[in-house]
Amino acid sequence: MLIGGLLAGVMYSLVALGFVLIYKASGVFNFAQGAMVFFAALTTVGFISMGAPFWLAVALALLAMVALAFFTERVVLRPLVNQPQITLFMATIGLAFFIEGIAQLTWGAQVHALDLGIADEPIEWLMRNTGMNISKFDLVASGIAAALVAVLAVFFNKTRTGRALRAVADDHQAALAVGISLQRIWVIVWIVAGFVALVTGLLWGARNGVQFALTFLALKALPVLILGGFESIAGAVVGGLIVGASEKLAEVYIGPHVGGGIESWFPYVLALAFLLVRPEGLFGERRIDRV
Amino acid sequence: MLYREAGQFKTTYAADQQLFPIRQDRIGIAILLAVVFVGVPLAAETPAIAGAIDFNYWFSGVLVPFLIFSLAALGLNILTGYAGQLSLGTAAFMAVGAFAAYNFELRVPGMPTLASFILAGVVAALIGIVFGLPSLRIKGFYLAVATLAAQFFVVWALTKFGWLSNYSSSGVITAQKLVVFGYAVDTPVKRYLLVLAIVSVMALAAKNMVRSSIGRAWMAVRDMDVAAEVVGIPMMKTKLLAFAISSFYCGVAGALYAFAYLGTVEPAGFELDLSFRILFMIIVGGVGSILGSFLGAAFIVLLPIFMDLSAASIERSFGFALPAGLVSNLTLILFGALIIFFLVVEPLGLARLWQIAKEKLRLWPFPH
Amino acid sequence: MTAGRKIGRPILEIDGVSLAFGGVVALQGVSFDVREHEIRAIIGPNGAGKSSMLNVINGVYHPQQGTVAFKGRRRHRVDPHEAARQGIARTFQNIALFRGMTVLDNIMTGRNLKMKSSFLQQALYWGPAKREELEHRAKVEEVIDFLEIQHIRKTPVGRLPYGLQKRVELARALAAEPELLLLDEPMAGMNLEEKQDMSRFVLDVNDQMGTSIVLIEHDMSVVMDLSDRVVVLDYGRKIADGTPDEVRNNRGVIDAYLGVAH
Repeated sequence: MLIGGLLAGVMYSLVALGFVLIYKASGVFNFAQGAMVFFAALTTVGFISMGAPFWLAVALALLAMVALAFFTERVVLRPLVNQPQITLFMATIGLAFFIEGIAQLTWGAQVHALDLGIADEPIEWLMRNTGMNISKFDLVASGIAAALVAVLAVFFNKTRTGRALRAVADDHQAALAVGISLQRIWVIVWIVAGFVALVTGLLWGARNGVQFALTFLALKALPVLILGGFESIAGAVVGGLIVGASEKLAEVYIGPHVGGGIESWFPYVLALAFLLVRPEGLFGERRIDRV
Repeated sequence: MLYREAGQFKTTYAADQQLFPIRQDRIGIAILLAVVFVGVPLAAETPAIAGAIDFNYWFSGVLVPFLIFSLAALGLNILTGYAGQLSLGTAAFMAVGAFAAYNFELRVPGMPTLASFILAGVVAALIGIVFGLPSLRIKGFYLAVATLAAQFFVVWALTKFGWLSNYSSSGVITAQKLVVFGYAVDTPVKRYLLVLAIVSVMALAAKNMVRSSIGRAWMAVRDMDVAAEVVGIPMMKTKLLAFAISSFYCGVAGALYAFAYLGTVEPAGFELDLSFRILFMIIVGGVGSILGSFLGAAFIVLLPIFMDLSAASIERSFGFALPAGLVSNLTLILFGALIIFFLVVEPLGLARLWQIAKEKLRLWPFPH
Repeated sequence: MTAGRKIGRPILEIDGVSLAFGGVVALQGVSFDVREHEIRAIIGPNGAGKSSMLNVINGVYHPQQGTVAFKGRRRHRVDPHEAARQGIARTFQNIALFRGMTVLDNIMTGRNLKMKSSFLQQALYWGPAKREELEHRAKVEEVIDFLEIQHIRKTPVGRLPYGLQKRVELARALAAEPELLLLDEPMAGMNLEEKQDMSRFVLDVNDQMGTSIVLIEHDMSVVMDLSDRVVVLDYGRKIADGTPDEVRNNRGVIDAYLGVAH
């Protein structure tokens, strides 16, 4: 059970990762990340159903995410630069509705199945030797998530663009002063977040079907981010695992006493309790208010 | 030239502090009240006019929901627009109000309807305070998580604890009959008048609060919380009062939603989506504006109706059926686009546009 | 200029205050007092801990060591709104007005802590609530007249030029009728004329209302002209304390300002 929760947590981590990327580079809490996951997955299955081979469909979906990144930068971010964070947050809620509408308008609202060709069945060898029930699919999913985190970590720390991204996160003004183009950075980071959304969408979609419920992922990512801190990639991963594991455990151990179904709100209450103790998250930086 | 305040001199602070300092505004509001309280119901009772317009549809399908959503938007605006605390849990507080009113009527013999509404508001206020407590330590979208917790927890609790819905399946409740001071409120026009009266009184109360010291305290906390404390505004009391009063408004709106609009509601009807719709109302209408709550509610209630009507007329005139889901998806897209549009172009919403129009009118026909 | 004012007993006593953020020491064992009706300046180079000192006085920061006694009452830990209630008001280095509100409403917030009516009475705008609102409005109008900002009372503060915003901030502080007024660089960024106006207001407040004033200011001529006594801070320590003349001739002060190595 714990393992199952942890694997669900891997998925939460992936969504949270998309949030962290954008938050780090632009200070925007992107509520539309869930909608992007939905949009990316739906676009992929849409092209597949039109007869495109899997890899072409993925490439086309990625192209759509790139277009979305340019669109968002131009229409939402650029006009709202230097506005309060809360305004940008509300703008991304609007963006989420917009993307959801476009996605369903283009591809229809029915649930689509997605087959990645990885069997979702227990690995017998593990089952026999350790008694753990882990499906091949979950293992592959975790592997992909781990690889993604590693790639992003390298990207942020070792590449020129990555360093520029971090500079922007630290101080917009200063970054501008040393000649970093904010607009370019934003587009890049939204493309990367779009890519993460695509991966997330494919994995979740293969597991649960590509459907509107994917957008609710965005909501589960909120407590993940609070636990992990808004600016830490490692935090997003750890936070995702904690939320995934704890909601399953809570469901098993507390659920029966109160009628079940507490998965829907438990992560929020957990995050809230955590906030009261450590408002900056596990890996976040404490800030001092200056007057 | 008609809308001009020149020559209207204020000789006392009382005259300067009144609700509508400009005489033309006072006349306008008096006319508006006369029309909505007397004119509209009279028209509905006049056979000649009633034959031409389907008043039952207009009352039950448009005006009543518009007024109820205005009240909910007003509640959210107090919290988010005036006190600056973002809430994504408005629907939850409406749900609390609806179920509380139902239970008061169910379990307290002889409970008057209006009293049950007030008590429902009080229960919602108490729950609001509980979920507002985290706001003392956290801000911004961190706080959004606290209100999301409220949103999911309340809907879950109402579904799971059968006692709250008198053990009906999936928590569906059917509101009791509306009886106010012995009169049965049982026709669309009567329900409209009841809702209108309640909403008018509460809107006036809200306006009074925001122009008094409590309203200034809220705005001070919103604009700069550290400075507000230094000026002597107690953070805890101010924030919790905002949560309580906001939730009271949402609770009463929820009770009306169940009793005067839908009649039958279930917890699932108070999902996050409803919270977002009310948030959209204040963004479109005007954050931090009483008038804006009404304008926004009108806009968001009327837009889907307008879309449906247009779709129907297109289908009729071109003789083909539009694909299913087209209209609802277009509405979704339009909502999203409008939110972004207003945040970018006019963050203070329709209320600000109205204000600009009035300022222009004051100078008209002279350019400056 | 200061003749005729009676400087009384100490109203504020700072005793051995130390304040640190993590490893960064902002104040170290600072002691001084402020007497009734006095204008007391705090000067020092950037980062000397001047603003931190004000923040300690009105409870925004809580010092790790030392005590602050206001009107003879020693306090260990006080919240800003408590301090305001006791009679301490202040202005900020970077203007801290409520930008979404009009000048009038901003100044009215200064009187909020004197308002007693409950929110229910305010919702009805009836009886005590209305009476109170009008009484305080009258009081606020006195402050508006005093600071000569009648023409902008209904303007949103966000639209005002910098100099006027500074004046509105002073008005908000004065509306609370404080016994101790903390001014954090009230003349920063002003031209000569605006500085003269502001100096006149500060002196008038001190003279006519008898308010004790703690003033942080970089312009030395202003400090020397206005203040009765001056505290000099450098790297969080007090390096001099006395009348403007004494401080001007103090060796340590000259070194600190000219950057001579210690």
